[in-house]
Amino acid sequence: MRKSRTLNLGTGSFVLLGFAALFFLTTQTTSRGLAIFGPANYEVIAKFDNIGDLKVGARASMSGVEVGRVARIEYDLNEYKAVVTLRLAEKYDKIPTDSDASIYTQGLLGGKFVGITAGGADTYLKDKSEIQFTQSAFVLENLIGQMLATFTKSKADAMNPAPDPKATEKSK
Amino acid sequence: MFRELWETFIEALEDLGAVVHFLFRLVGNSPRVLLRYDLISQQVFNSGALSLVIIMLSGLFVGMVLGLQGFQLLQRFGSEESLGTAATIGLVKELGPVVTALLFAGRAGTALASELGLMRATDQISAMEMMAVDPIQRVVVPRFLGGVIAMPLLAAIFSVIGIYGAQLVGVQIMGVDAGSFWSQMRGAVSLKDVYEGIAKSFAFGVACSLIAVHQGYYAEPTAEGVGRATTRTVVTSAVVILFLDYLVTAAFL
Repeated sequence: MRKSRTLNLGTGSFVLLGFAALFFLTTQTTSRGLAIFGPANYEVIAKFDNIGDLKVGARASMSGVEVGRVARIEYDLNEYKAVVTLRLAEKYDKIPTDSDASIYTQGLLGGKFVGITAGGADTYLKDKSEIQFTQSAFVLENLIGQMLATFTKSKADAMNPAPDPKATEKSK
Repeated sequence: MFRELWETFIEALEDLGAVVHFLFRLVGNSPRVLLRYDLISQQVFNSGALSLVIIMLSGLFVGMVLGLQGFQLLQRFGSEESLGTAATIGLVKELGPVVTALLFAGRAGTALASELGLMRATDQISAMEMMAVDPIQRVVVPRFLGGVIAMPLLAAIFSVIGIYGAQLVGVQIMGVDAGSFWSQMRGAVSLKDVYEGIAKSFAFGVACSLIAVHQGYYAEPTAEGVGRATTRTVVTSAVVILFLDYLVTAAFL
């Protein structure tokens, strides 16, 4: 009797530990969190010209507070825009309809996230409604490209300066 | 020369067929044995709870080495913050299931094989048959199921302890920021990675337990035979684990 009790206790603690470990792996190391049991959500869409490397599961935040996540990313062939579906928590249900969504970068080279800035309208976003005002991702390559273009232009100017009046006089 | 090779190939094929047949026999007997949960629970204790110390210790050190190596490597690219991601993906998908399975084959697989082999050598299995007790149901299936249940849990524990070890070295000793360690990990590790690890450890659990009970049950009833069965359990398990690892990884890509 005694032996079987310690045995059961050992087996029980082992199985409990194992499932606790599985639970930790599924909820704590992934961005899924407790979404399975989480509170109710609603979805809004936002159309962007360019989303950079925004990924499904990225944060959607307002003033830095996480209010939801990116649920889906699709491409609209009619408008030629990226359609980002945001799943927002039900408790944040008073986001004005004229709010704008922008894609920001976390840190210098970190992942992208969607930042929502509240507007001033007194009607609020509902399930399946669309955020009208969007601002595309800041794409580092484009910026570097522009920068290079400016550099090469100014370098070219330095190499071939405008004809100097004095120099032309000297050569005479 | 060619004939010998051909013969070895045919023998290997025969062995494989015998193992697969044995697997079907075990699975076919499983539903009835599931009712005898006390037998299974004892085997979960034997191959799971008793392997816990070696699994946890190994997990801690593997995680710490990952933390140290990962830090040195990532520092060259100035992205130490990705240490959490690198260590977790490495542990959950690859090192956790594989190292746990290798340790499991060494710790629990050999114990199963030698126990069953000794039962065979000392005629305990024949005695059961004489008493109209099916040794497959009474002895083999509980050991097999115990291993199958224990292995994924052990692998999960290994991974968690390993992540803790990586965090210990990376954050506490090397000074990686704890916040970015965890948040980058959460951003980059997907649920699919975790599922892949679980699928792997389940496949390894089935393979290891099957090989161990098969080798033990059909061991030659001599002292030498039991020894050989134990050795072959470890060798075959190791090769099969690494082969299955490739297969499951390819399936999840």
